[in-house]
Amino acid sequence: MRLIKNRIEHDGSGTVTLCPEEPEDMWHAYNLIRPSDVLRASAIRRVTTVQDTGSTSSARVHLNLVIRVKSLDFDPQSSQLHVSGQIINETPHTKIGQFHTLDLELNRNFTLEKDAGADDEGTGWDSIAVEALKDAVDEGGKRRAEAVAVVMQEGLAHICFIGQFQTILKQKVEMSVPRKRHGGGDHDKGMNKFFKVTLETLLRQMEFNISLTSGSANEPVRPVLLASPGFVAAGFQKYIQTEASTTTPALKRLLPSVVVVHSASGYTNSLSEVLQSPAVKNILADTKYARETKLMDDFLEQLRKETNKATYGPREVESAVDQGAVGRGGGVLIISNRLFRSQNVGERKRWVALVDRVRDVEGGEVRVLSSDHESGKRLDGLSGIAALLTFPVIEEDLDSDEDE
Amino acid sequence: MSRHRIKDVSFDDDDLYDEDDGYDSPDPAEQEFVQQCTTDVLQQLRAGNPPVTATKEEVQESLWHYYNDVPKTVNYLRGKKEKEIKKQQPTAKAVPAYPAPYPPSTAHFSAADFFRDCPWLNVPPHRKADILVEPLCPRLGLLGGAPESGGKVSKLAALAAARKKKEGEKSGSTPVAMAPSTPQLEKTEVPSPELRGPSLSIRDRLAANNAKSPRPAEGNDSLQRLSKPGLSTSSSARKPSPEKSQSAAPSMSPPVQGTEVPSEEEPEEQKPKIDIRASPSTFASTIVGATTIPAHEPSHLHSNSVDLLRIYGQNHAEPFDFAGPSPDDVVLNAQNTAKGFKSKPSASKNGDKKKAQGELAGGLSNLSVEEKVTVKSKNLDVLEEYKKSTRKKSANFVVIGHVDAGKSTLMGRLLADQKAIDQRTLDKYRREAEKIGKGSFALAWVLDQGSEERARGVTIDIATNKFETDSTAFTIVDAPGHRDFVPNMIAGASQADFAVLVIDSSVGKFESGLKGQTKEHALLVRSMGVQKIVVAVNKMDTIQWDKGRFEEIEQQISSFLTTAGFQAQNISFVPCSGFQGDNISQRSKDPHASWYTGPTLIEELETSEPYTHGLDKPLRMTIGDVFRGGVQNPLSISGRLDAGSLQMGDQILTMPSGETATIRSVEVDSEPSDWAVAGQNVVLNLANIDPIHLRSGDVVCRASAPIPTITSFTAKVLAFEHLMPMMVDVHRGRLHVPGRISKLVAALDKSSGAALKKRPKIVGPGTVARVVVEMDQAVPLEAPTRIVLRAGGSTVAAGLLE
Repeated sequence: MRLIKNRIEHDGSGTVTLCPEEPEDMWHAYNLIRPSDVLRASAIRRVTTVQDTGSTSSARVHLNLVIRVKSLDFDPQSSQLHVSGQIINETPHTKIGQFHTLDLELNRNFTLEKDAGADDEGTGWDSIAVEALKDAVDEGGKRRAEAVAVVMQEGLAHICFIGQFQTILKQKVEMSVPRKRHGGGDHDKGMNKFFKVTLETLLRQMEFNISLTSGSANEPVRPVLLASPGFVAAGFQKYIQTEASTTTPALKRLLPSVVVVHSASGYTNSLSEVLQSPAVKNILADTKYARETKLMDDFLEQLRKETNKATYGPREVESAVDQGAVGRGGGVLIISNRLFRSQNVGERKRWVALVDRVRDVEGGEVRVLSSDHESGKRLDGLSGIAALLTFPVIEEDLDSDEDE
Repeated sequence: MSRHRIKDVSFDDDDLYDEDDGYDSPDPAEQEFVQQCTTDVLQQLRAGNPPVTATKEEVQESLWHYYNDVPKTVNYLRGKKEKEIKKQQPTAKAVPAYPAPYPPSTAHFSAADFFRDCPWLNVPPHRKADILVEPLCPRLGLLGGAPESGGKVSKLAALAAARKKKEGEKSGSTPVAMAPSTPQLEKTEVPSPELRGPSLSIRDRLAANNAKSPRPAEGNDSLQRLSKPGLSTSSSARKPSPEKSQSAAPSMSPPVQGTEVPSEEEPEEQKPKIDIRASPSTFASTIVGATTIPAHEPSHLHSNSVDLLRIYGQNHAEPFDFAGPSPDDVVLNAQNTAKGFKSKPSASKNGDKKKAQGELAGGLSNLSVEEKVTVKSKNLDVLEEYKKSTRKKSANFVVIGHVDAGKSTLMGRLLADQKAIDQRTLDKYRREAEKIGKGSFALAWVLDQGSEERARGVTIDIATNKFETDSTAFTIVDAPGHRDFVPNMIAGASQADFAVLVIDSSVGKFESGLKGQTKEHALLVRSMGVQKIVVAVNKMDTIQWDKGRFEEIEQQISSFLTTAGFQAQNISFVPCSGFQGDNISQRSKDPHASWYTGPTLIEELETSEPYTHGLDKPLRMTIGDVFRGGVQNPLSISGRLDAGSLQMGDQILTMPSGETATIRSVEVDSEPSDWAVAGQNVVLNLANIDPIHLRSGDVVCRASAPIPTITSFTAKVLAFEHLMPMMVDVHRGRLHVPGRISKLVAALDKSSGAALKKRPKIVGPGTVARVVVEMDQAVPLEAPTRIVLRAGGSTVAAGLLE
């Protein structure tokens, strides 16, 4: 995402003009735009006019609309963000107060304005929002590391795109492969068919051009991680090799970037294992999600050891922060950005305040995990917030009972 | 235009059965015509719904007003009478004398008796219709008429047929009373037992008469034969189904045929009983003929009727009773059976047959339109059959153990020793294995049939095989030992009654196995409810049958197994060598092994108790595999019946897809069978379902007792590793779905089950906990069932669904 104009005031109000450049930017926009913000973007609206005679005619007009956001709808698979709200600027074609849903488009600027406002309306550009903006604006231009992971088992493959901030399940391939039977059976045939369908799907999702004539031969190919229990991934790699050497030579371009790793199952659950495997770490060294994954593992390790130096759950973490356990010297607050997307302004403020407090007052570390990543999903399982503590905190059971 | 045939009131298409009788043809006897119209009106009045009666005078008056227009008269009278009749109906039965329009009708005609060998006439009261018999009065007109070669009969021909018939009746020496009186008709709904007497005599006489009658009295399939004499067209429709119409017809009329067996299960028993019966009456023929082929009538039937009617002209003016489905239904059923209709599953077996048949008659037309593959069910009482069958006791066992412990080889040896596999095949495997430099794997190839398995020398998926000893039929489930294939092993273990744990006794391997899958497998089979475990300490030849080593292993393993929850008497140890074949079926000849005097592996296996399964529970079967069984069986599923029973022709429901399928045929242990019960390994060849609705892990059940699909459940589990809210894979047999532990409800006390700590943050290994598991997709699971939770390639918990 490119930052076109930045006019954030010290009081937290102000506007920002951004230009999304790749699909993942929609995800950032999704995290930036909150209900009650003001969004200006270009829109196409169908305008129906009624003539005096009663006949109607409708036309599609390009407009620049300013809306006050009511709700957001993000479709991760196609990376589309629909923002709906009420129009607040006047145009020849629309009235103030009409509803409109803006579909943010790539390479079209949009301007986002946040009001600092009173306590209960609008959150302004708080620390999290500024942080998210920094994440969104790719300054170094080095956020290219992306990988495609195919997590598979017999008859099942999940094709995922691992981005910097998101892991998107692009497609699931499911097929019934006959099991081995006495006297041969169709197992091998079934597996071959399964590989064929998976490869076709993968190439389609990667938009990999398999024709030799096109000039795409020099395009960089993203790393492809094939993961499976047993020998399925290896078999798939072999299948790609066979295909490359026989029918589709263009696949040869793909082959060097294929890495086979082990996973416990063919479900996306096992992506964490894939991302932690040494082979993958080499390719995707020091990317954000690799760090996030490691953080989650450290946390779970602490939890497992029952040292009481790790805790999760909103109340528990808040109480630990109150006791000063998430401070300098190893205190880490791990929080999923799902919490900041809460429709409830008060809720968001609560978490922003906690984050600010840990970072600025306590001196601890704060990690905001992307809920669309595998590590973020694990964190969401633990209610979205967790903390590594500097000293053991014994929790009273009463706390948790009240939650019910 | 008048109507003149039996009308089955409850049948929708009664127009079809209207007969054109052409009374408007020039008839000199005006009086006769009026008479005839009167009859018709009365008949229609009674045949309509609801039946109404009117006096002859009333009718004739109305007829006069309507210029002898029968339908109008009927309408008028009906409108007039209906209310009145409705009120009177209970009493009307007692009203004697339907005004007999024909003077000579002194003798009574018993419809019930008349048709007592036509079982389909047992119509339930609600669908009763009246029998109307042609007036006996002579009428002028054409007699004769050519036999129809098929198709629609012209009015004239039909008229001629009717006349001919009447003429025949008249010429009969006995005055035949064909006028059943309405009140009497309605009087008795269930034929009284004393009807048997006269009816027998009729039968006898009929039998005698059959010499005269053009067709021999085979009698058992009345419908079939009815169609033969004149109806070449209709016979073509009905012919293909002799046995079907036969079995369908008798089953519908339990009350009339005293010998009738209520269940449809013994069609063959039916046969001899019907055999003694005479051929169907002309009347039945006419009825059936009329219902089958609407609006035309076989004239040949009428020519036959002469003899028959004469004989039947007895004083049996008994009420006519329809307790079974109407003749139309019978014929329709028969036709549909011929097209190939599948009778309902055994659910309807003893149920309300009349209703079922009625439904079928209605629903069948739809079925046949869809051109579904239909399978005829034998409607066996499966449990009864099972009790009768004299099978050996059968036992399934799963072979578990660490990878490379020699499970497959051991089982290959067992099969070879038991002659379950012939020497030639074995030699072939040996040659091929040696060719790729894996000579020692030859025996394992008996079970490792997959090309990848052979190339890599490791079992990937479970393999089932069977062999029989003198006392028991065993089914081996050879499970993979590799940790990546534990899901497959779980699938195998869920089919097992007991387990054989194979342990590599060689130096270092035992220890690494203990750390590896030996423990995990043992815990898994235990948590899946396996009670008995036979420990085969394998590869004893590699350590020269070291007794000390064996005892060490025995001691370590037994202490582990006891902590895992196996009872000491259910654990047994056998030192053996799968590769050499020592102590498998034969005792070891190795002098080093002489210290071992206990039972061999096979003897140990035979001590297994027979296992009981929930035979009478609702059908449950987890699909293990979906495959193409061949050209004849394009879609087959295999698996083990967890509960209940099934048979060929049954309708099944697969969950979670919720699709129905028909069982085309059943194979039990690769032998064709008509039925299968819980505990058996079956292959079901299915029809009428698309393969995309079938996945391994789906559950087969019946629509009457479907298994619920759920997205979240509470389970009491034993934690093998730390549990916290986390992603897990949920396993139950072949079922393998992703899910997550969303909540730790409580840590429980192991023995009492009382909650120790509510909402723990984390549950340590060895703790019993109650957890809530949520899944993304709906999954067929029902309590109580045993589930296994795995994460990151290891088993984290196993327990019972609550």
